Amino acid sequence: MEGVFGIGWLTALIFLPLCGAIVLLFFPRRCEGLIKWFTLGVTLLDFVLSLVVFSRFDDLKAGMQFVERFPWIKAWGAEYYLGIDGISLLLVVLTTYLMVLSVLSSWSSVEKALKEYMIAFLLLETGMIGTFCALDLLLFYLFWEFTLIPMYLIIGIWGGPRRVYAAIKFFLYTMAGSVLMLVAILTLYFLHAKSSGQYTFDLFALYNTPMSIKTALLLFAAFSLAFAIKVPMFPFHTWLPDAHVEAPTAGSVILAGVLLKMGTYGFLRFAIPLFPQAAKEAQITVLVLALIGIIYGALVSMMQDDLKKLVAFSSVSHLGFVMLGMFAFTHQGVQGSVYQMLNHGVSTGGLFILVGMIYERRHTRLIKEFGGLAKIMPIYATFFMIVALSSIGLPGTNGFVGEFTILLGTFKSKPIFGILGATGVIFAAGYMLWMMKRVFFGALSHEENLTLKDLNKREIVTLIPIVIMIFWMGIYPKFFFQKMDLSVSAFLKDLQTRQSLFVENTQIEKLGGR
Amino acid sequence: MWGMEFKKELIGILPEIVLFCFALVSLLLGAFLKGASRRITGYIGLLGYVVAFFTIFPSGTETLKAFYGMVSFDPFSLFFKVLFLVIGFLVVLLSLDYAKKEEVGFGEYYALILIATCGMILMAASSNFVTLFLGLEIMSLSIYALTGITREDPRSVEAAFKYFLLGAFASAFFLYGVALLYVSTGTLDLMAFGQLLKSKAQVLKDPTFLVGLGLLLVGFGFKLALVPFHMWTPDVYEGAPTPITAFMATGVKAAAFAGFLRVLLFALPSLPFKWQEVLWVLSVATMSLGNLVALRQDDIKRMLAYSSIAHAGYILIGIIAGPERGYSGALFYLYAYAFMNIGAFAVVAILSKKGHPNTVLEAYSGIASRHPLLALSMTIFLFSLAGVPPTAGFMAKFYVFSAAVKEGYTWLAVLGVLNSAVAAYYYLRVMVYMYFREPKWEIQTGSASLAGVLVIILSLWGVLQFGILPSSLLALAQTSLRLL
Repeated sequence: MEGVFGIGWLTALIFLPLCGAIVLLFFPRRCEGLIKWFTLGVTLLDFVLSLVVFSRFDDLKAGMQFVERFPWIKAWGAEYYLGIDGISLLLVVLTTYLMVLSVLSSWSSVEKALKEYMIAFLLLETGMIGTFCALDLLLFYLFWEFTLIPMYLIIGIWGGPRRVYAAIKFFLYTMAGSVLMLVAILTLYFLHAKSSGQYTFDLFALYNTPMSIKTALLLFAAFSLAFAIKVPMFPFHTWLPDAHVEAPTAGSVILAGVLLKMGTYGFLRFAIPLFPQAAKEAQITVLVLALIGIIYGALVSMMQDDLKKLVAFSSVSHLGFVMLGMFAFTHQGVQGSVYQMLNHGVSTGGLFILVGMIYERRHTRLIKEFGGLAKIMPIYATFFMIVALSSIGLPGTNGFVGEFTILLGTFKSKPIFGILGATGVIFAAGYMLWMMKRVFFGALSHEENLTLKDLNKREIVTLIPIVIMIFWMGIYPKFFFQKMDLSVSAFLKDLQTRQSLFVENTQIEKLGGR
Repeated sequence: MWGMEFKKELIGILPEIVLFCFALVSLLLGAFLKGASRRITGYIGLLGYVVAFFTIFPSGTETLKAFYGMVSFDPFSLFFKVLFLVIGFLVVLLSLDYAKKEEVGFGEYYALILIATCGMILMAASSNFVTLFLGLEIMSLSIYALTGITREDPRSVEAAFKYFLLGAFASAFFLYGVALLYVSTGTLDLMAFGQLLKSKAQVLKDPTFLVGLGLLLVGFGFKLALVPFHMWTPDVYEGAPTPITAFMATGVKAAAFAGFLRVLLFALPSLPFKWQEVLWVLSVATMSLGNLVALRQDDIKRMLAYSSIAHAGYILIGIIAGPERGYSGALFYLYAYAFMNIGAFAVVAILSKKGHPNTVLEAYSGIASRHPLLALSMTIFLFSLAGVPPTAGFMAKFYVFSAAVKEGYTWLAVLGVLNSAVAAYYYLRVMVYMYFREPKWEIQTGSASLAGVLVIILSLWGVLQFGILPSSLLALAQTSLRLL
């Protein structure tokens, strides 16, 4: 098998950060510079590795690539089974990319226990990449739950004043959702074993588990609950603002950029394809919740007086778009949905970094404490403007491509939702631009702001990759679309054939019953 | 021929003999030596476990009913022998560290631990109600004494007294149950008992039989600390010396489960009525009450006591799910639980100091910055207790819940997982104190000796090994049930 030094590509990608974390354990606590540079090196190396995987990925092949498969727990039929398609490939690259930025953005903001901080982040990276690569349900669950541990510690140790509350809320919310998924996984596992006589957690084998629509709906609900809490979809979003506001900057970046995507990815890879008929039944419900999320998130954002809270609630709105596109079940919809996952990672990640920068200077995030910053910090204001506009979805930036494709896809299958969803874009412009106006323009009303320093070189280096991605993804989206094109079509084709197959089956059953 | 048979029987019981001999040596040395040199008795105890460990294997894995059918040497008892020896070894090792601080390291302390282990092994190997009871009593009497071994500490004495009184009641229930069962069936041999039930269905309707069965269950309920027979647990766990608490939470519980499983497997393999429903209620009550009350505890030993009650509830899920997958799940759980619980108690024991038990959660404030590695280990143990991957606690829960789902007890599994989500809160709370609070420097904490560190390392190994690569232990758990 190919790979780095005989180790599979994905294994290397997943466990490189873990190895880094173990090495870091033995670093003397005082050498802060060394610790930072070492962590940066590890994340950069992982990023480069992911780029190699990206470049070696064959766009013209549907299905899983870079597959690694070994028996893991033979007695249960669990396997160490990894593989990526175009969708997970992009998410893996997003993860490694945001990790580098997170390390850079925490260069000077960590006040205590720097070593443990970096270890937690590296462990988190292992968990996240593992989640995106695992094709064995048990292995997936292992990585999925594992990410809770470092994130809990990151929020709880290095977070803001209400960090304990936020950390515990985050942990319990997500855990409560996922344990039900565990029962659903087990039910599915035994259902499959009963019909095929083979015990396996292999995702693709489980795709073809025959079951009644009632069972399917129940299992779908259990999976969806776990993922919906993670996304978070309205009305399961209440942990998000707390977690985001209290988390340190890099924690928010990863939380928004990657952890939330684990939820949407879960729908795409697990909940929908495992139970296509149930997904179809639930389509309208999910679309309605997504729509509420879009509008509610935007309205609540508008009312926030704290910058970070504003960005946090805007996530609810953005993720609503992702869910809207996904559950439109059209090619554009799903493609836009995946694209929007990446966009949100880049733009919202960028916004959190920017908010973190101003917080480091002023130790406040209240909008009313600012005003006229554009005069004092022109570079900062420019970067902020670009990222904010991309978050709104201005043509030419990545946000436009994502939202436009999603809405296009939604119009095709459910026009009403498309129309209502489009209003979310207007609201987004509302809260973002109003915030920009209050923070960057107008008179310099606060004396403390007069002495603020503009961005330093490290901060600019952190932000430039984000701006590059914003324009690259906005102007030449084909580069990314073609990576996932076949995977998305395969997803939909598979979905449609199995949905129609199911309809036929039930008809046959009905006829047989007569 | 008789000689051959007897030799085999002797080889089978060799571990118990070895443990007992070392107990005597330790006891005598403790009596004759003075001062610090008495500490050597601890090393004698350790050596006893190591030697006993190597005497397990000559008997082989074939089933042998020895001593007129009173005990049975089979893979099942072998599995538990290894577990009890590992637990005993870790507890003695931990006691070496603890004894230095609390000055309890006399000969009888280690002798009692060794003898209690003998009792546990006997319970797991018993194939007759009488040996089962004997094992139970050998174990329990030693543990009563161990609970009160720190004579100056009123809490310890109170705990010992409580435990003794309630334990005596439990034994009486147990014995009375056995007597009634004997009245209705005329046999005490577990195997014969089971066959009798199969052939003579009218026995099952006999009220004497049913009352006997009920009393037996109550007896086990006390030892397993199932709700509503759990009242003694928190006080006793809190008052006993910490290594002994660890011993009780893991060893005694595992021995009681071993005995319970013996009875279920041999004596009651085919009951026509749904005894699972009784256990269902017990299991849910045990899990839920244990977890809910644990939420409110401010003393870490009490919290771990309630958590151990809850864990008995999870293990019971495996037992309800039945022999095919559930029993091996329960066995796996007992191993995983032993490592993570001893690990957690080891941290508690290490952090205590003479006159400063440091068991209130407040004492854990900011421990992470004073003892970073200790805090990290505790975190791993707590996550394992909470059932978060990649730890043994997760695999164990996964195993018993999967057994429940397989046998159609999906709702029980749902209640189980929801319970573990609730439980996460109080484990996280300890971490909140350790990591998220400022250190309280005025609190004096102990530090780890080599023995303590060794306990932690071994426990960590167990927790991670069985959490990431559980295959070997799974296979063992399954084979230990196959030949029964």
